[in-house]
Amino acid sequence: MPVLIPRNVDELVEVFQEHPQAKLLAGGTDYMVEVNLHGRKPETMISLRQVKELTEWSVRPSQSRITIGAAVPYADMEHGEIARLVPALAQAARTVGSPQIRAAGTLGGNLGTCSPAGDSLPVLAALGAMIHVIGPDGNRDIDFVDFMVGVKKNSLKPSEFVHSVSLPIIEGWQGYAKVGTRNAMVISTASACLVRDIDEGIVTIALGSVGPTIIRARDAEAWLTKSTSLRAGADLNPAVAQEFGRRVALESRPIDDHRSTADYRRHAVGVLAQRLLTRSFS
Amino acid sequence: MSSTVASTGTRHGTLGTSASRPDGVAKVQGGFAFSSDMWADNMLWGATLRSPHPYARITSIDVSGAYEIDGVSTVITAADVPGKLTYGLIMQDQPVFAAIGDTVRYSGEPVAAVAADHPETCQRALAAIKVIYEVLTPVTDPEDCISGVAEQIHPDGNIFRHQRIISGDTSIVGAIQVEGTYEIGMQDQAFLGLESALAVPDSGGHGLEMYVATQWLHEDRKQIADCLNMPEENIRLVLGGVGGAFGAREDISLQVHTALLAMKSGRPVRISYGREESFYGHVHRHPAKIWMKHHADTNGKIVKIEARMVFDGGAYCSTSPAVLVNGITHTQGPYKCENAIVDGWAVRTNNPPCGAMRGFGVVQACFAHESQMEKLAVAAGLSPVEIRLLNAMETGDRMITGQIMDSVAPVAQCIRETDAIPLPPPMSQDADLRTIPGGTGLTALPSNIKRGVGWGVSIKNLMYSEGFDDYSTARCRISEGVVTIKFATSEVGQGFTMLAQQIARTVLGVDDVFLDTIDTQVGSAGSTSASRQTWMSGGAVQAACRAALEQLFDHVATKNSMNRAELEIEGTDIVDRLTGQRVAVLAAIDGVDIDCTEEYHHPATEDMDENGQGNCHVAYAFVAHRAVVDVDLELGLVKVVQIATAQDVGRVLNPLSAMGQVEGGIAQGLGLAVMEEIIVKDGKVRNPSFTDYLLPTFLDAPTVEMVFIEEHEPKSPLGAKGIGEPPCISVTPAIANAIRQAVGRELPRVPIRPYDICL
Repeated sequence: MPVLIPRNVDELVEVFQEHPQAKLLAGGTDYMVEVNLHGRKPETMISLRQVKELTEWSVRPSQSRITIGAAVPYADMEHGEIARLVPALAQAARTVGSPQIRAAGTLGGNLGTCSPAGDSLPVLAALGAMIHVIGPDGNRDIDFVDFMVGVKKNSLKPSEFVHSVSLPIIEGWQGYAKVGTRNAMVISTASACLVRDIDEGIVTIALGSVGPTIIRARDAEAWLTKSTSLRAGADLNPAVAQEFGRRVALESRPIDDHRSTADYRRHAVGVLAQRLLTRSFS
Repeated sequence: MSSTVASTGTRHGTLGTSASRPDGVAKVQGGFAFSSDMWADNMLWGATLRSPHPYARITSIDVSGAYEIDGVSTVITAADVPGKLTYGLIMQDQPVFAAIGDTVRYSGEPVAAVAADHPETCQRALAAIKVIYEVLTPVTDPEDCISGVAEQIHPDGNIFRHQRIISGDTSIVGAIQVEGTYEIGMQDQAFLGLESALAVPDSGGHGLEMYVATQWLHEDRKQIADCLNMPEENIRLVLGGVGGAFGAREDISLQVHTALLAMKSGRPVRISYGREESFYGHVHRHPAKIWMKHHADTNGKIVKIEARMVFDGGAYCSTSPAVLVNGITHTQGPYKCENAIVDGWAVRTNNPPCGAMRGFGVVQACFAHESQMEKLAVAAGLSPVEIRLLNAMETGDRMITGQIMDSVAPVAQCIRETDAIPLPPPMSQDADLRTIPGGTGLTALPSNIKRGVGWGVSIKNLMYSEGFDDYSTARCRISEGVVTIKFATSEVGQGFTMLAQQIARTVLGVDDVFLDTIDTQVGSAGSTSASRQTWMSGGAVQAACRAALEQLFDHVATKNSMNRAELEIEGTDIVDRLTGQRVAVLAAIDGVDIDCTEEYHHPATEDMDENGQGNCHVAYAFVAHRAVVDVDLELGLVKVVQIATAQDVGRVLNPLSAMGQVEGGIAQGLGLAVMEEIIVKDGKVRNPSFTDYLLPTFLDAPTVEMVFIEEHEPKSPLGAKGIGEPPCISVTPAIANAIRQAVGRELPRVPIRPYDICL
């Protein structure tokens, strides 16, 4: 099996165009499990390790945005400047696997696999991330909600790849919470990311592992905006938080499987929504 | 962690000190050769084809496609088994391979095996074998086997064993009665060193050398020899490096397949399972359903126990009959009671085969009786500690089997010493969120959490039971100034190699003790199970060393004109007590040639009669656990904060190793309490991976505060009791009882799932 090793983005564009069936590999924490345990046999691999641009991140203060390369490992998001600017992403990154996995796994991997249990994805959804992709026809930016289109399905075209993710730097509060049956190193049973923008006076919430895609609970968000002030200095009536949780749960679409039940997942995202909203006011 | 074990001040490396393990440095540095690291020149790789169906008749098997693949050397099926077609520890009811015309009885049952030049070639060869199955409806409910409505799925029937215990006055009715039906899920041993064996045939094709990660070399050899139709003496089994066992290596898994492939191909063959195959390749802990009813007088004193236990043994017998007997004979737990009616069943279904796992039937019984004790405490208006102290068993008590408790039985002391361990401080409101329920998921704040405290106390039999003479053998040689110990005791990680050196250093007064290869070139050591090797193989090593010492004393007395009857070992010297004359052991052994092999046998036991009466167990050990848990009531997530424990160990032989057994057992019992379960639906395993079969991580592990109760056991050759199993037994109900206290629900099943708590 050939392994192609482009050294920069231009070469990556070129080889991926020549080998549209090739699998892109950065950390390999997900795909190599498929190869080793589930008999997936890639015909060609493209290693992203030498494409330095994908491992970089940058902040544009003028636009209040941070751009994170597709191959930046989770370990780099747990602490430091990224964690300070996007704390919910740091919290999500910390829940990914073990230290070894976090040293290898990347946002590009979560986006490429597009599992509803992808730990970083609710953060991208709640923050309204733009996914910067590059392909044979050039660059384009895809809103995360349009990027993830189903269970393990994204809207990348052939030979298109995720270059980076651009996230707004929010004035306010953001937090991520994930339920699993173990206190670390566990696949999400249900997860949620809540972002409260105190300048705009809005809350967004996105749910993981409770539907075929990451779910933005837009009805609950709209209800909340009407029901209480979300701006700086406002107070929260606990009854509002409880009702918010109930409404968020109603928007989930979970299933029963060997990891949990639909009823529990629905219940859990409601509790997470209530708690995250409460925390955003404390 | 705290421990009452103080430094004894004795010579380092002898009994009672934290001697280092001979395998320790290599294991930490990654240099230890596990069985999966073994390699031989000209070696082929083997792999196993398994049934995807839990119950199906094999119509045909066509292996021709496999032979067409370049690099494939050998393909074998049931037709290639030259000897006995089945194997098994108690009943030989499990086919080496399911045959054409016969049925597969569990999902994952072996149908064929291949040997090829590369693991990848093996996988392609397996895919090229065409097996046609007539799929049948699996029998998955044990009650259908007991009632007889289920189809008989094996010629030996669907009942492995039905055993009653009828004891004392069964007409007694208690003023207080509590009852419940409890369920225990299927736990996996989940050792980290996966199954692996290397078989090397001799050039003439008459014999075989095998390197296997196993718990009992001689039993493996017997079963391999039977299936190969080869004399046992033509097979040498050598212990491959073992990475954990916990019961999962008692049964044959890949041994016969590897041997057959090697004999047929005439080349060395290695089979190594991956994690997923391991879930299909070994037996698991029996899932069980247990009904219990306790009768007590108005004070809470137990007067009678009624129970019905059903163990699902899965498709093949393995050790199910013995697991069942362990379960029912431990119905009363560590409490006084002579009156009982117990009905026990171990049945055959099309679920995965179950057999030995740390605790061996007692884990299931203990979860039930300790759940009952909590209910009894409430009904009698007593605290969990009071109800247990009131009923605590003592030496001399008659048990429901009619057996008199003749082991040291410090049950009350275990409870009191555990109770005396300080409780952890209350959760701080600014606690690191990773240390509270939900962990790194940051699901809760301390204000969302409620704390609970719960108790569990257990009794565990040691060694094999029901008349079985599971003796052990050891050899001590003193030659060319070197002491060498040989035994066939499987070192599976428990530290017996270290203990053997400690014994030899203590008895013989030497510092350097060489260990010979662990193989079948010496008599059987029995299995590394049932908390028995410290007692049994420890007894054998001690006996061999003592026999060698007697000969050494003869030699030294003659050579140095010392008083033979007055000689003793003092440190590293031989001393004449009468004259004070000393000879250094190192000098004394120079030039001597001594070779002693000794067997150690435990006191004989008996079969049970039809009413479950008989002296069926050798000895017992006890332990108490108190669990403190934090529970997120809304999300049902749990963090076990602290386990306090006092364990009856007889005597601590190696403090560090003892702590390791206690902490490891507690982690395993914690797993069963809150997360570890093989989920089986319609006869199929749904989570055969470490992604979905969850083991506790470091963040899930509690603080362990332990006390060892050292009342030397007179029956034990070293004064010590086995300590491997007790730590994992009553910790599970202790945690469950703590969660129940916090949640206020009955929670009759383990593992307790989040939705059991909050929905």
